[in-house]
Amino acid sequence: MPEILLKVDNLKKYFPISGGVFGKKVGDVRAVEEVSFFVNKGETLGLVGESGCGKSTTGRMLMRLIEPTAGEVVFEGNSLTNLNTTELRKVRKDMQMVFQDPFASLNPRHTVEKILEEPLIVHGMGRKKERKQKVKEMLEVVGLSSYHANRYPHQFSGGQRQRIGIARALMTRPKLIIADEPVSALDVSIQSQVLNLLKDLQKDLQLTYIFIAHDLGVVKYISDRVGVMYLGRLVEITDTEKLYENPLHPYTKALLSAVPVPDPDIQKERVLLEGDMPSPSNPPRGCAFHTRCTECMDICRTTRPQIREVEPGHFAACHLFQESEK
Amino acid sequence: MVHASAPVLDVRQLKTSFFSSGGEIPAVDKISFSINKGEILGIVGESGCGKSVTSLSIMKLIPQPPGKIVEGEILLNGEDLVTASERRMREIRGNDVAMIFQEPMTSLNPLFTIGNQMVEALSIHKKLKKSQASQQAIDMLKIVGLPRAEQIMKEYPHQLSGGMRQRVMIGMALSCHPKLLIADEPTTALDVTIQAQILSLMKDLNEQLETAIIMITHDLGVVAEICRRVLVMYAGKIVEEAPVRTIFKNPKHPYTLGLLKSIPDIRDRTERLYSIPGNVPKPGSIKTGCRFAARCEFAYDRCHHESPRLYQQEKGHRVRCFLHETEEIADA
Repeated sequence: MPEILLKVDNLKKYFPISGGVFGKKVGDVRAVEEVSFFVNKGETLGLVGESGCGKSTTGRMLMRLIEPTAGEVVFEGNSLTNLNTTELRKVRKDMQMVFQDPFASLNPRHTVEKILEEPLIVHGMGRKKERKQKVKEMLEVVGLSSYHANRYPHQFSGGQRQRIGIARALMTRPKLIIADEPVSALDVSIQSQVLNLLKDLQKDLQLTYIFIAHDLGVVKYISDRVGVMYLGRLVEITDTEKLYENPLHPYTKALLSAVPVPDPDIQKERVLLEGDMPSPSNPPRGCAFHTRCTECMDICRTTRPQIREVEPGHFAACHLFQESEK
Repeated sequence: MVHASAPVLDVRQLKTSFFSSGGEIPAVDKISFSINKGEILGIVGESGCGKSVTSLSIMKLIPQPPGKIVEGEILLNGEDLVTASERRMREIRGNDVAMIFQEPMTSLNPLFTIGNQMVEALSIHKKLKKSQASQQAIDMLKIVGLPRAEQIMKEYPHQLSGGMRQRVMIGMALSCHPKLLIADEPTTALDVTIQAQILSLMKDLNEQLETAIIMITHDLGVVAEICRRVLVMYAGKIVEEAPVRTIFKNPKHPYTLGLLKSIPDIRDRTERLYSIPGNVPKPGSIKTGCRFAARCEFAYDRCHHESPRLYQQEKGHRVRCFLHETEEIADA
């Protein structure tokens, strides 16, 4: 039985909208709604969805970089919800983040050595000499050279900067890495280098990943399990193979069929979705996807489907699969 | 299908450079290609390969200085755009050649309504009266699949979603029935489901209106989806040109091969992705030999000293690599 490293229960985030002359609260952007999932030790959980679906907000709430409105995050059996800042900092040593933009997430005035050393100083790990040694070792681990330590971020290419971002996340020897679109700013040939690096590191350092991305090909390559989000909700989550071979939720089907395949001979039967994602400040009643769904039924317009286990290990939130309940 | 007529656009030995204190940096280095009526030509390559500079050169939108078209001809229906005056270019842009960009938000003016911006283009280029122009604009918005076209005419860009804005851009670009549409990464900023909508729209319009389209992208999936012919660019040079099927089924240049192998495919799951070692070179940094030699697993001595030419393979297939050297040199 695999050990659960992180468990998320009913996570919610509402961002208030203020308006009017006095800046009163006039509504909420429901960025994340009732998201629950778990991550096993040593696996990679992919989170996919289109822009505005709440995948990044979810990622940040796991580390409490954004405070959840409701819900609970349990890491190694300890709830993070009620920790104070000192306690939280201790836990964050074990969970680190890699960000999308390797240009914006590194301080341009700091040398690579300083960037990488900082997490160790913050967490009071090692003496000065040991820290410098660790920085050099880590640079080699991520495929750079120890002499890069004295350079500044602008002297590196995008791919190399992302390696620095990964090195920084690894400095405290975390157990969990939350990677938010780590390769989407990179060119195809560089993207595959970084993906392979992430895979190698996972094996060597026994890491657990939460990999947030919009590129379904990338997510398939790196993930063991994948969760699909739509309008703040998790609509389907299961093993990678199952999700790509046998998607249940109509949104997952449409999403998969929309990906252009690099083969001109394949004439795909495409589920072409109409319209756009509704605004999360005014989500539709019933199922969030019913406005664009090709298999919409009457019940979908009024009642919200709950996410349930349709097959062992395969969860989906859709009325098409609710009736099979015993 | 054979197009007996002359190509819509014929680019010959185009060289566009940027001049800095470090000297001349050629971003596009003597490239030649043409596109026929009703054809969709894909230009693929990674950042810095010169694909966007190529399209801006055709529109003569290269900021000058520091940039300049140094050599070559750009023949649009036989007329050379390189020597054309700015006044003539203003007639050509929009009328004969139109362009759509990656980020639809930054290419629409946020201060004017959609109708205002569409009518402006039509009244300048087609010299239509305001009422006629606005009727045409509404028709165009309907053609690109926007619901409630009349209301959208009165709305501002921020009121529309990304996909709708890109539809407006396409509608605006096609409103004067240009013979050539240059689309520079038109779907990169969009979500996949919206990308699928826009691609199918572009395909339909290409068939209906017979507009030739140059599709600039880094996504080989998009290329497979809509292009008929493909140019692969690397560091300012065309390294391979072929019909779309050949590029995917029988690619010859090591760079094209590497690029195809490094995409994670949603159809099957590989244990390990191929990756091209090294980084994309900075423009102008490689002086001698093949520009891909440093990252190429097949490179031998000659590649580092001598620049390969574009060698003709079977019909329509040209490759810039010594491994596929033939008698016939296609870039003379």
